Amino acid sequence: MHPQIETRKFKSSTRRELLKLTPLIALGAFAVPRLQEPLLKSGLGFSDWMSKGLFRRHHLATTFSDSQLTPLDKFYVNTYDVDDPEVDLDHWTLKVGGAAQKAGDYTLANIQALPKFTQNTRHVCVEGWDAIGRFGGARLSDFLRMVGADTTARFITVRCADDYYESLDMPTALHPQSLLCYEMYDQPLTREHGAPLRLSIPTKIGYKQAKYVISLNVTSVLTKVGYWEDQGYSDYYSL
Amino acid sequence: MEHAVLVENRKTGKIAPAVYEHPYIVRLCHWLNTVSLFVMIGSGLQIFRAFPSFGAKIPERDLINWPKSLALGGWLGGALQWHLTFMWIYLGTGMLYVGYQIFSGNYRQILFTWKDVPGVWPMVRHYFFFGPKPVQHEAYNSLQKQAYTSAIILGLLSVLTGFAVWKPIQFSWLAWLMGGFHWARLWHFLIMWAIVAFVAGHLIMVVLHGWQNFASMFTGWKKDPDYLSK
Repeated sequence: MHPQIETRKFKSSTRRELLKLTPLIALGAFAVPRLQEPLLKSGLGFSDWMSKGLFRRHHLATTFSDSQLTPLDKFYVNTYDVDDPEVDLDHWTLKVGGAAQKAGDYTLANIQALPKFTQNTRHVCVEGWDAIGRFGGARLSDFLRMVGADTTARFITVRCADDYYESLDMPTALHPQSLLCYEMYDQPLTREHGAPLRLSIPTKIGYKQAKYVISLNVTSVLTKVGYWEDQGYSDYYSL
Repeated sequence: MEHAVLVENRKTGKIAPAVYEHPYIVRLCHWLNTVSLFVMIGSGLQIFRAFPSFGAKIPERDLINWPKSLALGGWLGGALQWHLTFMWIYLGTGMLYVGYQIFSGNYRQILFTWKDVPGVWPMVRHYFFFGPKPVQHEAYNSLQKQAYTSAIILGLLSVLTGFAVWKPIQFSWLAWLMGGFHWARLWHFLIMWAIVAFVAGHLIMVVLHGWQNFASMFTGWKKDPDYLSK
């Protein structure tokens, strides 16, 4: 037999159960214009924090066979403002600054003197498309060692000839597949792919693969994160 | 588990049964999930707008021109902020719900098992072909168990495919299981539509089953459930 209670007692019980759901109203904060932006910003920050936890220094990005490559003419070119910032390839140098013992200007030949690595890796755009490309260049970690960079610093900031800018966390910069890339498909970089030097960081999303690189800075303080990051995209976006 | 009482109306003297059908954690998770599903689907569709295709970028053929008015976030970056924020709420809710169901034993209420198989067809006949309504013995009939068990599996798959798209390198094994990055993205999209189909069916059933049934998802209590009558 079921216990018997009277209506009034039953109603107060249902009311109590209903009131227990009131904490859900807190989610309404996301609908308040003044709170929405900071809330989403901290949500994205949490996501980045989890991403840093998931990153494994020695876990390699998948590499692909030559037959899986996206043909170079089918490799979509995303530009930021100009198709070609008209870099003077003959007088180009890479300026290294910040916490590096041998800060200064480095030529492409200096970079090419380092061991060359070529890898077929997937370039994933934040928009959702991807392309498998063949990238060749020097390991960023080798270059950082050559210039005497302080690898206990937290970031590498990157400036580009087209005013694009980016930054990388040090663990990603030291990843064995992170390249200072001067070749695609075994040919010197074409102008639309960032000649003479771009980043190829297969463990990161596409907007981190800066083109037309002209300077690297070793630092622990970021005043700006990157062109797209500063408009609201993830600071860390690793794959 | 569910417990029943008899509610006595003092004025009329009428006595009606009521059952505590939905434990607090289940109700809390239900409404949390309602909000996060809405945000995840809305922002997901805005993210999809940035590349509404599943093939190559060149030549690109847009699959659908999904209207901006039916999406959330305003632009790709905004939608990603919503998606990458609410995915943790969605995941946390799912873990809390599944954990609670397992440890409380309440999962028996909705878990579809072999013994529910014979009951599915009579319910389908009742809903879609105006067949007689099978006698109810418990809170959820076989078809409902099938639907809710599927919804939980879809929820799990939406998380797994989502992680494969978000971290195809750190979770390369997940992306591989799904047939690669392209397939993972397609599965993620298709599972979203399966969830939309579940929600649509769910809402139709809510409307058909009236106020007492709807109110029970807020208060936990269902008055006069048909499986407890007389």
